Amino acid sequence: MRWWLPDAGSTFAGPIDALFLAILIITGIALVLVEVGLVTFVIRYRGRPGRKAFYTHGSTRSEVIWTAIPAVTMVALGLISNHYWVLIKDKRSVPPNAYHLGVHAKQFEWQVTYPGPDEKLGTSDDFTVRNQLHVIVNQPFAVELTSEDVIHSFFVPEWRLKQDAVPGMHITAWFEATKTGEFELGCAELCGMGHYKMRARVFVHTPDEYKAWVAQQAAGGTE
Amino acid sequence: MTSVAHAKPQGGGGGHDAHAPMSFWRKYIFSTDHKIIGIQFLFVSLFFLLVGGLLAMQIRWQLGFPGKPLPGGGILPETMVSGGVILPEYYVQLVSMHGTFMVFFAIMPLLVGVYANFLIPLKIGAHDMAFPRINMASFWLALLAGLIMTASFFVPNGPIRSGWTNYAPLAARPDLSGVTVGQMLWCISIVVLGLSSVLGSLNYITTVINHRAPGMTWFRMPLSVWALFITAILGVLALPVLQGAAIMLLFDNVLGTHFFDPVAGGQALLWQHLFWFFGHPEVYILILPAMGMVSDIIANGSRKPIFGYHSMVFAIIGIAFLGWIVWGHHMFMSGMNPTLGSTFMVSTLLIAVPSAIKVFNWLGTIWRGNIRFHVPMLNALGFVSMFTIGGLSGIFMAATPVDIPLHDTQFIVAHIHYVLFGGSLFALFAAITYWYPKMFGRMMSERIGKVHFWLTFIFYNMTFFPMHIIGMGGQMRRIYDPTIYTFLKPQQPLNVFISYSAFALFAVQILFAFNFLWSLKFGKKAPQNPWDDNGMEWSLPNPAPHGNWERTPNVYRGPYEFSAPEAGDKDFLPQYLKLPSDRDPVPAPLPAGH
Repeated sequence: MRWWLPDAGSTFAGPIDALFLAILIITGIALVLVEVGLVTFVIRYRGRPGRKAFYTHGSTRSEVIWTAIPAVTMVALGLISNHYWVLIKDKRSVPPNAYHLGVHAKQFEWQVTYPGPDEKLGTSDDFTVRNQLHVIVNQPFAVELTSEDVIHSFFVPEWRLKQDAVPGMHITAWFEATKTGEFELGCAELCGMGHYKMRARVFVHTPDEYKAWVAQQAAGGTE
Repeated sequence: MTSVAHAKPQGGGGGHDAHAPMSFWRKYIFSTDHKIIGIQFLFVSLFFLLVGGLLAMQIRWQLGFPGKPLPGGGILPETMVSGGVILPEYYVQLVSMHGTFMVFFAIMPLLVGVYANFLIPLKIGAHDMAFPRINMASFWLALLAGLIMTASFFVPNGPIRSGWTNYAPLAARPDLSGVTVGQMLWCISIVVLGLSSVLGSLNYITTVINHRAPGMTWFRMPLSVWALFITAILGVLALPVLQGAAIMLLFDNVLGTHFFDPVAGGQALLWQHLFWFFGHPEVYILILPAMGMVSDIIANGSRKPIFGYHSMVFAIIGIAFLGWIVWGHHMFMSGMNPTLGSTFMVSTLLIAVPSAIKVFNWLGTIWRGNIRFHVPMLNALGFVSMFTIGGLSGIFMAATPVDIPLHDTQFIVAHIHYVLFGGSLFALFAAITYWYPKMFGRMMSERIGKVHFWLTFIFYNMTFFPMHIIGMGGQMRRIYDPTIYTFLKPQQPLNVFISYSAFALFAVQILFAFNFLWSLKFGKKAPQNPWDDNGMEWSLPNPAPHGNWERTPNVYRGPYEFSAPEAGDKDFLPQYLKLPSDRDPVPAPLPAGH
């Protein structure tokens, strides 16, 4: 049984998980405050014969306090979040040394196009593999997301990466995996009756492993 | 009609009964009485609530026990189940129709159709809605829309398969979704329903503006009326957008236009913008009336004026206004320009402010009260504690980086159910019990009501809280079989737990249904003002007659004067009660045509 986010597998996981934890603490404090207050009041001020409620229409000072504190907290949270949001999603944040892969989504499979030995996408030695995503550990990658038919969503939980693939649009999503091994790529946007089985295997290799795999694929081999 | 001073308005519809007695059909079926229309909405939407619940049970069966034959699944046709096992296409239809029925035909009509109709005229001291016949049309259109939507289960290829959100191009292309007639019926039903909502909303707005009794100033209106009024404004602005989008979607399906299909120059994201431009205000249509009614009930249960009445009003307006500029937070992962994501994040986070104001003012209201734990109060307190969780969990998704792993997972499902079940539905259990005596002249059983509340509260949390954890683990929404994913397999036991809890939650609702139906005939006869409340509606006999008051009543004070010093040995002071020190209000000029 897992009670937390999946194990961290990319550079995004650090800040996102930290932010998640921060929000959990803030909302946790608010939740405890409200629920404890509620239960305390409910017990303490339960109706008893002969008692009368305290007749008041409110207090401006309290209103100001409980308006200002959430407002300041939310604005601060927004500013911090925005910093990481830009880092992850903004086009200009894609590292210049990123390897580019093409990922074309269609009902119900992922077609991954690799640049081949020349490391350039859109040349004749490119090759396409169905439902297998191979990348190198500690190396920025950028996937060029497109869709054949309907909206799909590229989701690798360990990488904390999700990005819709929209027909008619070309969207770049980048990431840098930090853990080798095998993971899963799922579709997070309902794309039809086969949505649940739109699954690809994800392999994070060491550079040498990756090179060997590319060479094997370019030579027409299959895995 | 002149409204002159009279110490206590008399009930009894003498003026209207002067006409020939109405036939059963005229009185209960083709009624123009806002109270009867409210009751019609109540029965119809409770039926759709049951339908939505039955669909949810099948979803939970599949998620808890994928591949096992559905008990009783044998009665379903081969297009839905195979050997009793739910098929993937039927599963997607279940998910889509559960959302559609619950949002459009259960929660929205329960809150707005029932309580805007029933409460607005009664609470502002009006004889009826501004446009009673339009009101009747609004009910019949809603019923028609519901029947059209239900019919889609019985057409070839069945109902929609693209979620209640109908994201295009999936919903726009029969060749990709596999749905033909069902998609058309969805669009047509939504257009009809939208018409019903707009007619209803116009009526509510006009009634609140023009038909308030003398002395019922804006800031003497109960928060329930404020919330329903603001909701009606949201409705009249939001529903036409959805109708327009649904018509475009229908054209894409039937006429071969390509509004949403990029293959021929359309824009896939256009649908999402239109849908959520409606859809986010819709979320507030589904919660504001609940907040309003809960405020009335909490003040009553605490025997105290609502804490910070004015900030409560401005919080309602604030939520409604912010509700218009946050639709993009449903689209953070959609490929929309990330800079837009930043602006939508800020506006979304700001909604926490008016929401917090409301929660703290409810706490302030029960603080130093003299609390009566009647069933409506229990459910209202349940609302406050659960809405708090639903509101706080929203902050996770509002912060865009954190939304990346959570978007379109079960975490979202948990969040929406904390708001719509923990929020709206608990408020409805409170409201139904609270105004039942004024509707039917009898009380619902207090004992069954309490058992129902506690069991619902427990099983509800057992059902929906673990969904947060499953969502954190990454389980995507709307997937037919989570067990095919290695990373989701370890959490399958929690899915089984959720399913058992959901079945128990559903079973417990039999108590509510029984209590509701049994009390219609066998409930204790209700006194005129069973909850010792201040609202105008309690000056009327049970059930209130057609036309409500014989003579327009006067309003002498705000709605929450519980435990006021002037009340003497009583702990409430009704709005309609004239004290020796009160002066009669000057009636506002009557609107033209009266």
